[in-house]
Amino acid sequence: MSYYFAIIGTQDNPLFEYEFGTSKQGGDGQARFAEQARHLNQFVLHSSLDIVEEVQWTNGQLYLKVIDKFFTSHISCFITGSNTKFLLLHQPPGATTTSSSIGGATTTTARSSTSVGANPTSPQTEEAIKAFFTEVYDNYVKAVMSPFYKVNMEIRSPVFRQRVAAAGRKYL
Amino acid sequence: MAHLGPGKAASSKEQAGLRYPSNGKSIYHRPLNRTKTAELSQSSFAYLFSEMVSYAQRRVTGIQELEKRLNLQGHPIGLKLLDLLLTREPPRTQTRPLTIIALLHFIKINLWTHLFGRQADRLEKSSNPDTPDEYMIVDNEPVVNAYISVPREMSQLNCAAFVAGIIEGVCDGAMFPARVTAHTVGGKEEGEMWPGKTVFLVKFQPEVLEREALIGKG
Repeated sequence: MSYYFAIIGTQDNPLFEYEFGTSKQGGDGQARFAEQARHLNQFVLHSSLDIVEEVQWTNGQLYLKVIDKFFTSHISCFITGSNTKFLLLHQPPGATTTSSSIGGATTTTARSSTSVGANPTSPQTEEAIKAFFTEVYDNYVKAVMSPFYKVNMEIRSPVFRQRVAAAGRKYL
Repeated sequence: MAHLGPGKAASSKEQAGLRYPSNGKSIYHRPLNRTKTAELSQSSFAYLFSEMVSYAQRRVTGIQELEKRLNLQGHPIGLKLLDLLLTREPPRTQTRPLTIIALLHFIKINLWTHLFGRQADRLEKSSNPDTPDEYMIVDNEPVVNAYISVPREMSQLNCAAFVAGIIEGVCDGAMFPARVTAHTVGGKEEGEMWPGKTVFLVKFQPEVLEREALIGKG
């Protein structure tokens, strides 16, 4: 399971990005995206912003769950009160090898079916991602509360990055 | 002074120029929830606010410009408070305001209670059919004006423009772009109950009303 997380400001400008892998089920926390897919991820993530703008006015919740899907990548969204978007792209493990060998693919999914995120739309995954977003939101608000922070500024704090990494390890 | 010892400097090495407080604690180590007793003394606020007003008064040519500057000082506070107050909501009621009414209620109740320890006194919609985009938040006795005496020749001035700026920040942040101005409406005659009564006039941009109509239909 690999994740790509980004915070997008109100002018659709990226404020923060972080790529990581699962730490559950003996994962080492490294993202396993194919080299070409990494650029695609950014594109896929940003292309879902259109959908966020549609969904955000029909639902007053902060956590909007999975809003978009691109082949095997799922995009979960969390939107803050001041319209900053947290987007998380998640890719179930083994999903990249769907057409290569059917036997191999089934064994991969069978092995990891109990892990968080094997099924991106299951309630457990939704809860885990919600917990992750909530923790990031707390830290984001702290970043915003800094008197030197202005809206839509890039978040560069290494402490913030550590906190996001810790939340990723804890829940995903 | 603020540099850490060699032991902890591993992460700061790549971020040259970034300095840490000597105890290693940053804003991320502080809790978001405030304790019930964490209130500011009104006299220290009044002192600070009087300095803010006189700072804004430097090199301005008119009252409008002065109010504009006070408004600008409040605006970033509103943007930040919106997020802070939402995180402090209990998870069940933690929702983004989607309609004008929900937003104004959030301002009247949550924002006012946080800033002034009480709710705003009234919420009104403009009764004039030509201006359906105008709403009014009424405060009978704005805390910010408690120790401000406006000179006679500047009677147009209302220093609550600062609070108007905070309201504007909240509206803008929640994607309800608006212009907010403060107006004194209290009568000058003897026996007036609320001589400092202030109306915050919230004028939303046309696109907000347009969206409101669409959401209402859907």
